[in-house]
Amino acid sequence: MSFTAEQLQRQGLTPEEYARIRALLGREPNGVELAIFGVMWSEHCSYKSSRPLLKQLPTDGAVVLQGPGENAGAIDAGDGWACVFKIESHNHPSYVEPFQGAATGVGGILRDIFTMGARPVAIMDSLRFGPLEADAAAGVAPQTAARNRAILHGVVGGISHYGNCFGVANLGGETMFDGGYSGNPLVNAFALGLARRDQIFYGRATGEGNPVIYVGAKTGRDGIHGATMASEEFSAASEAKRPNVQVGDPFLEKLLLEACLEAMASGAVVGIQDMGAAGLTSSSCEMGGRAGMGIDLDLDRVPQREAAMTAEEMMLSESQERMLLVAAAGREEEVFAIFRKWGLDAAVVGRVRAGGRLRVHHQGRLVADIPNAALTDEAPRYRRPAQAPAKAAAPPPASWTAPAPPGEALVRLLASPNLASTALVYEQYDTTIGANTLTAPGSGAGVLRLPGGRRALAMALDGVGRYCRLDPRQGARLAVAEAARNVACTGARPVAATNCLNLGNPEKPAVMWQLQEVVAGMGEACRALDTPITGGNVSLYNETLGQGIDPTPVIGMVGLLELSGHPASWRPPAAYFPAPGRAVCLVSAAAGLDRDQARRRLGSSEYAAAILRRVWGEPPALDLAREKALHDFLATAAGAELVDGASDVSRGGLAVCLAKCILSRPVTAPEIALVGARLAWPEALAPEVAGDAELALFSEVPGWVVVSCEPAAVGELRRLAQHRGLDWYELGRTERNGSGDARLRIAGRGWKLDAAVAELAAAWRGGLPGALGETAGTPTAELVEAQA
Amino acid sequence: MKIGVVVFPGSNCDRDAHGAVIRAGQQAVWLWHGSAELEGVEAIILPGGFSYGDYLRTGAIARFSPIMEAVRRFAAQGGPVLGICNGFQILCEAGLLPGALLRNAGLRFVSRPVYLRVETADTPFTRGCGRGQVLRMPVAHGEGNYFGDAATLAALEREHRVVFRYADAAGNVTAAANPNGSRANIAGICNRERNVVGLMPHPERAIEPALGSEDGLALFHSLTLASAAIGA
Repeated sequence: MSFTAEQLQRQGLTPEEYARIRALLGREPNGVELAIFGVMWSEHCSYKSSRPLLKQLPTDGAVVLQGPGENAGAIDAGDGWACVFKIESHNHPSYVEPFQGAATGVGGILRDIFTMGARPVAIMDSLRFGPLEADAAAGVAPQTAARNRAILHGVVGGISHYGNCFGVANLGGETMFDGGYSGNPLVNAFALGLARRDQIFYGRATGEGNPVIYVGAKTGRDGIHGATMASEEFSAASEAKRPNVQVGDPFLEKLLLEACLEAMASGAVVGIQDMGAAGLTSSSCEMGGRAGMGIDLDLDRVPQREAAMTAEEMMLSESQERMLLVAAAGREEEVFAIFRKWGLDAAVVGRVRAGGRLRVHHQGRLVADIPNAALTDEAPRYRRPAQAPAKAAAPPPASWTAPAPPGEALVRLLASPNLASTALVYEQYDTTIGANTLTAPGSGAGVLRLPGGRRALAMALDGVGRYCRLDPRQGARLAVAEAARNVACTGARPVAATNCLNLGNPEKPAVMWQLQEVVAGMGEACRALDTPITGGNVSLYNETLGQGIDPTPVIGMVGLLELSGHPASWRPPAAYFPAPGRAVCLVSAAAGLDRDQARRRLGSSEYAAAILRRVWGEPPALDLAREKALHDFLATAAGAELVDGASDVSRGGLAVCLAKCILSRPVTAPEIALVGARLAWPEALAPEVAGDAELALFSEVPGWVVVSCEPAAVGELRRLAQHRGLDWYELGRTERNGSGDARLRIAGRGWKLDAAVAELAAAWRGGLPGALGETAGTPTAELVEAQA
Repeated sequence: MKIGVVVFPGSNCDRDAHGAVIRAGQQAVWLWHGSAELEGVEAIILPGGFSYGDYLRTGAIARFSPIMEAVRRFAAQGGPVLGICNGFQILCEAGLLPGALLRNAGLRFVSRPVYLRVETADTPFTRGCGRGQVLRMPVAHGEGNYFGDAATLAALEREHRVVFRYADAAGNVTAAANPNGSRANIAGICNRERNVVGLMPHPERAIEPALGSEDGLALFHSLTLASAAIGA
């Protein structure tokens, strides 16, 4: 049998790959085998473009229990607990069918966690959408904006539906908007679970003769070729991909969780893996491959939802909420009893065999017989050509006029969707289930207690596409540093990370160059901060009609926190000003900032994008050695209970950072009254910038962190900072300016910002509802449609 | 005191309820939906979640489970039963409490802390509270919009069977304090005999200051106070 170019293309294979398949098998593949190769060699499953690069990332460290290669990474969280976590993309399905695409993204990452024997306790999401409002000047047509709004409603609804029903606390994440995401929304779902350190499970099919048991939902025709879809660009015909998107059932997944954990605890389970992308195919060949064994599958025994499914359809189905497990021979009935108790299907569908081959039987015939290694280790690896773009970054404009005085610019920035409150999003997520949430969404990082109450985990997701557009290597370094800094601001010590690399088509040399740069920058920063990558995901081909995204590496950082106070009452520092009369200070790990640098870097800021409406120059600078000292300072200061909270001067700059410290209230204590602040911009911080309100207030300088504390603690904090080689400045005090008329006042050399807190609050809270065309609490017709 | 926590398939606040009972210093035991055995418990909690996936209607399938037959008998004999969130929905579907819980007025899932005003201390779960006392705890639901017809609402008011109302921090019952459009800001009610209580908010998540509030403990502590004759 020989295949036409068209048949190969349908499986996402090139003629060269087909030749390689024939060489590996020593014969022609049959149709089922070709389909199996097609899906396993897809970019999504094989990482054929990125794997050589990913080897550069640090993956080992003192706390790492499991690095990349398993269903998820794991670290030692202390007290006998392992923390299992990972981030994964579900970008393509979320564009085609936002609600189910996002829902099954959450479902998939949750399964990766409990497959390891860990009970999921937290999820977070990093979301990117196109602009929500039509904007002729920026080329955003009304129908594009309407589609983006519908995608947002669908994605948030899907995450809410799946996570809330499954029953796991959502600790936030990030939601950002940019033109490049219009046809390519990003949905990166992070999950974290807890297992006893000595009870982690792995996806390994060990023990010749052991039964291979299929559990969970029946197999249907949904999601066939989903992994292949995720490895292509989208065209105008992408609507036709809708049947490739799976449909999620969080209720079934919850039952699967309980049944799997119970089966694992029984001792009858030897290995287990979820059926995610490429379903039965990837789970069986990967489990066999990791154990150096083979699996014989009998498809006639697979529980089926539809009649007359072909072998190819069953092997490629991505029906959700299914698991493959290997039990100890003779203990099948124990496993069946547990799954029966939870009302779930379980069936022996094969056996572990020596020989390292995946052998598939269907209707009495052997329909596939492939060495595991040919599907995994022997998959093609491409060192695709990479080429830096010829065009250098645009220089700053020779001059420009500030379009608004600082106070007005601040109000507009706070109302812009990238900086506005995302309460509209996270109030749809259950944030308190599990009764361990210490810091919930709305803060830079989430904090969750561990059982026993003496330790906690902090976690944050970060990544800025615009920085990476201008300089992918620096953008990736900044993403790592920011995620680690956000974790450190809670008092935790960042220890390990997971990554999700979202880029365009790697067959374009410019995109491949971005990928190289991103991985290099991420590696540098992770090594410097001693935060190894324990796993993650690469999502390429985020392009529709040739229009790609900014390279968007997202980092999920995890930190460990030892509680200093009483476990029942201790709260981590939170990034808000809690009362009048507090000292507001700034600790800096940044190098000095001269005027030219500041002008170049302002071009990558939210101020440039949202107020000046142009982007140029370069992203902020970063001194990784001082950055690490900064994290140590933050953890030490929090541990000594010297600070109320800390917040880095990231997107939006110092003015936005200070405004958010005033406006933010923890979701657990929203009633705390807002205070004002009377502050002076410290001349010594950057003398060349001090006289320019735009540069002083809106430059994004991630090495600057705003800290508030009791005035009596200032001396000790200054000593702790300076001892670590960090600079320390006092900006002023918070104040209550009388009922209802609190103001934020910042005075600089020759300029001042003076804004009513009430006006800032209205802008910040109303920004996202406004962009969605609704006032708080009244959903639009679009929302109703998205949820229907 | 031995308190049973029912596990339905899809319950997801069962572990939190179990933990809250223990935090309140009592003994917690699991009750399985497929069994009618109550293990000699002295009170029953129906926890939150999505029982049986909440297909059809929230709580609509759970009410047919074997355990609910036992819960019905237990309640008829005066045993205290608390339904939280999905548990409240199940109690309404089972006819143990009147009315129904509709989709939130905003059509969205709502997760945030709310204040509740205790409207009556005459239930086994509010015996330790003062009437008018304000409690803070989170809500997290998509269908918590309490609805009853005019006669039902009138009876609830007349018989002082509204147990909790959404209020502001000072205890004022306002439209702004109502997270889901419930009639008369109703967050929780009891049956005529006053031993069956249902509420949408989550007291089991408000049991330590570290979580933002420990007000929820009052419901679990109330159970253990020397029981006045129920219904008196």
